[in-house]
Amino acid sequence: MKKLTPYLLVSPYVLHFAVFVAFPVVFSIVLTFHRWNIISPMEYIGLSNYERLLHDRLFWQAVWNTVRFLLVHIPLQIVVALGLAELLNRTVRGASFFRGAFFLPVIVSGVVVTILWQQLLGFNAGLINRMLTGLHLPRVAWLDDPTIAMYSIAMMATWKNVGLYVILFLVGLQSVPEQYYEAADLEGATAWQKFRYITLPIINPTLFTVVVLSTISGFSLFIEPYIMTEGGPLNSTLSAVMYIYKQAFQYYHMGYSATLGFCFALLILFVVIIQRRYVEQES
Amino acid sequence: MKYFLLTLAALTFVYPFIWMLSASLSAESGLGDLALLPEQFTWNNYVTVFTKIPLGRAFLNSAFVAIVTTGLVLVTGAMVGYALARYEFVGRDWIFYAIIFTMTLPFQITLIPNYITMVRLGWIDTYLALIVPFSLSSLAVLLFRQAFQSLPQALIDAARIDGAGELRIIFQILVPNVLPTVLTIMILTFMGLWNEALWPLIVIRDESTMTMPQLVTLFSVGGRAEGQLGVKIAAAVLLAVPVVVLYLFFQKHFIRSMASSGLKD
Repeated sequence: MKKLTPYLLVSPYVLHFAVFVAFPVVFSIVLTFHRWNIISPMEYIGLSNYERLLHDRLFWQAVWNTVRFLLVHIPLQIVVALGLAELLNRTVRGASFFRGAFFLPVIVSGVVVTILWQQLLGFNAGLINRMLTGLHLPRVAWLDDPTIAMYSIAMMATWKNVGLYVILFLVGLQSVPEQYYEAADLEGATAWQKFRYITLPIINPTLFTVVVLSTISGFSLFIEPYIMTEGGPLNSTLSAVMYIYKQAFQYYHMGYSATLGFCFALLILFVVIIQRRYVEQES
Repeated sequence: MKYFLLTLAALTFVYPFIWMLSASLSAESGLGDLALLPEQFTWNNYVTVFTKIPLGRAFLNSAFVAIVTTGLVLVTGAMVGYALARYEFVGRDWIFYAIIFTMTLPFQITLIPNYITMVRLGWIDTYLALIVPFSLSSLAVLLFRQAFQSLPQALIDAARIDGAGELRIIFQILVPNVLPTVLTIMILTFMGLWNEALWPLIVIRDESTMTMPQLVTLFSVGGRAEGQLGVKIAAAVLLAVPVVVLYLFFQKHFIRSMASSGLKD
């Protein structure tokens, strides 16, 4: 009985893992070789799903859209988060108020944030365009121009998530010993030199965490474009997860959708591993 | 200068929410004003939301699912975390490998198969589909394990001498000693579930079982808002309010919990 105790205690984990992690991974690989609409029996079709994926221009556009999103979202997020963290780092008064304010969008549902930003980004009545016209600047078609729409969503996602990264950077910045800056001041270092040679090397691990976290969350992009633009205009905001969702739940292509999910997941793992390699080489 | 920039930034993050609240209380014609107070104050948008969609029901669904699931995550997390922290047993390493595998696995790969599992189990349109897949969290297991490891063995030994069983040791002796960890897990789980929209969209079709973010999403894209912006915004406000209220009370804990979960990876 004594020997059994730990096994009984971990049994919920083993059961959950088997049903919701191990089985789906195996089953998803099986599905990639089949055509299935969930009602009629599965039909083995060899590598057809993979072949189709290679030639599916809409899928590659969706992947590219997601990558475009990340290419704007990640650098923007790092710059804004680092800037705000730097401002907060040596503030004593009201620091917790500012932190709390920056963090507010983080805790709110993406659904809320998207509905809110839909109003802010409207062409005629949107608050941002009203402010622009107030400053005698031309209006921007934030959501209606296919070349801009995805970047508008990236801007919104940055606004929503940046508070979390401010906190992570703040933890990193606070681990930099004050003496280092004092020594650099004596040597007459500029602000940029201090940042480049003192701050950056110390916060490097945080920087890596931020890049990986926002890569993973960026690759999951779904609800924001789903509500904001429904993938349009001209599929320019169709994200990869949205396309997988559509294939499965609009067209009931379970086999093909599983193939898309499987290949996209491999791509995500590949990108994250590359990022890790790069950081290990740097340090 | 620094305070000017900080204040500007704080306004950027907070002002849109205040504007949203004000817009939800304005008559349709007054929308789009930058003003903070509605010109013509009205509850109409809120009344319309509740007549168009079963938002009250969705609120109860969301609350039920989030509370039950959070409870399950705490119970399973404490059990498994305790076994990993305090027992040597064959296969323990494999549990760790499984945890690491689960935490690195992108959800895109399990999404479709998990949906099929729900279909096969007959759980579509039931609370089970919303609760069971989330009833165990690898992160909760790791956090409990870490917390339990730092407790003195004497605490457990003393309870054993008193004849306490393992479950009593876990839930009556150990868990009350790691309340900060419990709070962290509660916040992360509750918030994650409350805000989750994709999974409910997949497994729930029946309006009376829908969660709040799902119902608001479908209302917003389905054209039922009929271009009435105020109504849409009112629905969004109602979705935001519970988490924001919790945040106002537990602000420090929210920030600490989310930062610690971010730094875990």
